[in-house]
Amino acid sequence: MEKFSVFAPKLVTKKENFAPGHRACVGCAEALAVRLSMKALGRNVIVVNATGCMEVVSSPLPHTSWFVPWIHTLFENAGAVSSGIESGLKATVRKGKRQPQKISVVAMGGDGATSDIGLQAISGALERGHDFLYICLDNEAYMNTGIQRSSATPYGASTTTAPAGKQSIGQITWKKDMPSIAAAHNIPYVATACPSYPFDLMDKVKKGAHMPGPAYVHILSVCPTGWRVSPDLAIKIGRLAVETGVFPLYEVENGNYRMTLDMQELRPVKDYLKLQGRFRHLSEETVNEIQQRVRHDYAKLKEKIECTQKRKS
Amino acid sequence: MTQRVGIEVSRAVAIAAKLANVDVVAAYPITPQTHIVEDLSEMVASGELDASYIPVESEHSAMSCCLGSASVGARTFTATASQGLELMHEVLYVASSMRFPIVMAVANRALSAPISIWGDHSDVMSVRDTGWIQIFVANGQEAFDNILCAFRIGEDRAVLLPVMIHLDGFQLTHVIEPIYLEEEDKVEKFLPPNDYPIPLDPDNPVSMGAFGPPEIYSEIKKAQDVALTSSKSVILKSWKEFGDAFGRYYSPLQCYRCDNAKVLLLAMGSFSETAMSAIDAMREDGHKVGLIKLTLWRPFPFAEIRDAVKDAEVVVVFDRALSFGGPGGPVCSEIRSALYDLEKRPKVIGFVGGLGGRVVSAAGFREIIEQGTKIAREGTEQEYEMFGVRE
Repeated sequence: MEKFSVFAPKLVTKKENFAPGHRACVGCAEALAVRLSMKALGRNVIVVNATGCMEVVSSPLPHTSWFVPWIHTLFENAGAVSSGIESGLKATVRKGKRQPQKISVVAMGGDGATSDIGLQAISGALERGHDFLYICLDNEAYMNTGIQRSSATPYGASTTTAPAGKQSIGQITWKKDMPSIAAAHNIPYVATACPSYPFDLMDKVKKGAHMPGPAYVHILSVCPTGWRVSPDLAIKIGRLAVETGVFPLYEVENGNYRMTLDMQELRPVKDYLKLQGRFRHLSEETVNEIQQRVRHDYAKLKEKIECTQKRKS
Repeated sequence: MTQRVGIEVSRAVAIAAKLANVDVVAAYPITPQTHIVEDLSEMVASGELDASYIPVESEHSAMSCCLGSASVGARTFTATASQGLELMHEVLYVASSMRFPIVMAVANRALSAPISIWGDHSDVMSVRDTGWIQIFVANGQEAFDNILCAFRIGEDRAVLLPVMIHLDGFQLTHVIEPIYLEEEDKVEKFLPPNDYPIPLDPDNPVSMGAFGPPEIYSEIKKAQDVALTSSKSVILKSWKEFGDAFGRYYSPLQCYRCDNAKVLLLAMGSFSETAMSAIDAMREDGHKVGLIKLTLWRPFPFAEIRDAVKDAEVVVVFDRALSFGGPGGPVCSEIRSALYDLEKRPKVIGFVGGLGGRVVSAAGFREIIEQGTKIAREGTEQEYEMFGVRE
């Protein structure tokens, strides 16, 4: 791993496919996730963007940050638009109306577009087996409209529609497990990633795009604005999410689970929570509750990985 | 030699889409539209049609798939009705605003609640302002022909707009009619391949669907309206060329026995054919009545309407939809508005009927015309009349 990080940067293209000058907030790890993804994808790609932060910051007419063909239509339909593009490309190539060329169709949406409003369209696209990659850029709330809770907001986080108060800890539901929902469609590839681990992220995005059939990559993207953290801590907090087991990095390839970064020992979740204003109000009791849940979920994931190993041996 | 065959209208619509050699069909089942896409999926399954058929999980996704496939330059078709059209609603605006020449057959049906699978025009009227070209057909042949014309019109470089073909649910979709199904080579000559000017393509990347700040939004919307309004010349040209090729000519509206008519009935869709029988009967009895069958709903044919009614004293407009708490029927409201500024204008009387599959017979239309004439003479306190309703 260390060696990889020493040598790999030289192998990564310097060419940007997502131009600087967009209007993302300072320290936005989501913009970084897009930039890294686009490096990994190259230019033979069509990007389908759901409404959300990345669409807004990258495309105020007459400007665009996209060096690749890019389309945005609505909030909840990126899965369906991708299905149409993939089918349209297939049909026109088959009928000789378009030159054959390997084009990756890549949909991108935030956690709201993915786990809430667009879930049906994504499920449909995954189930029908379209050859495309869906990237969820998860910053754990509706950041574009001003930090409202989504089903991907973690337990105990304070948001503008689930604020902490005398009668509430903020979010009272546990984060929807979107990667598992994607994996339940029995698609060839599902992975989690975080821009704090750029090479791992790029590997997974590339793998997902090149895998025939549907693929899903869920990227945890620290949002300094919405998480109430200092912009210079975005990378560190992403690492802490992984090191504490809050957001494990793993992949599911043809049903086989694999940790891509296995933590022998998890850091206490407190290390992750305490840096973020959105968790500032949490009592020790709630922090312990979260700690237990993280341990439990991590153990569950490890079981799946052990199952895979047993099956293979 | 072109054959005239007895065929279900839905099937003829599917055959028209096949003859247009569509590349992508994305659809979701909904009565009374389903026969159209069932037939298309069979054609794909049998190899009769080389297309990608996407059996989507909702109408919202059906239209969204259409956006995607049209954006890469594929010829795209779908069909829907009623609640399906409603579920697509926001996507319809995007299709027209992003200038995608999608063609959609709409098997007009009532809206819930109460749930009704039967026909009326409530679904159409709710999407009136979505920026699509909208054509109403009155019979199976018109449906078949106008599906072919729709691709020709929508894909024209000067137009690049989506087109809806409205055909009445059940009254048209589920009936067997004698229809000329044209031959492939003749259709090919009439309908050139789709040549979308800026498809999504890595070799020539474009950004589609960027967001419009206040400095630019109004200009974009004005340009869109100009595009839709000016599409009329291409519509007329395409209909003319269709007529020259196949012998059947279409126009924004057709006047039936309107010569020296003092009272005109105006209707859209299959009911206008029933109304013709009423006109015939009344003419035989010596009444000076005629019928305007409105085919082109969007862009609205202002000039043709004004010209058609210029000598009439009364225009009775028959609507199959109701604008709740408003002026009654949406078509009547538009006709009234189109005529208001004329120095000499007929009285416009609105009737609403035929809702949720309620049949209006030829005798019924005669009653509507007679009652409308009486109201025009005597006046009324009501904004509109609801025909045949039990109160």
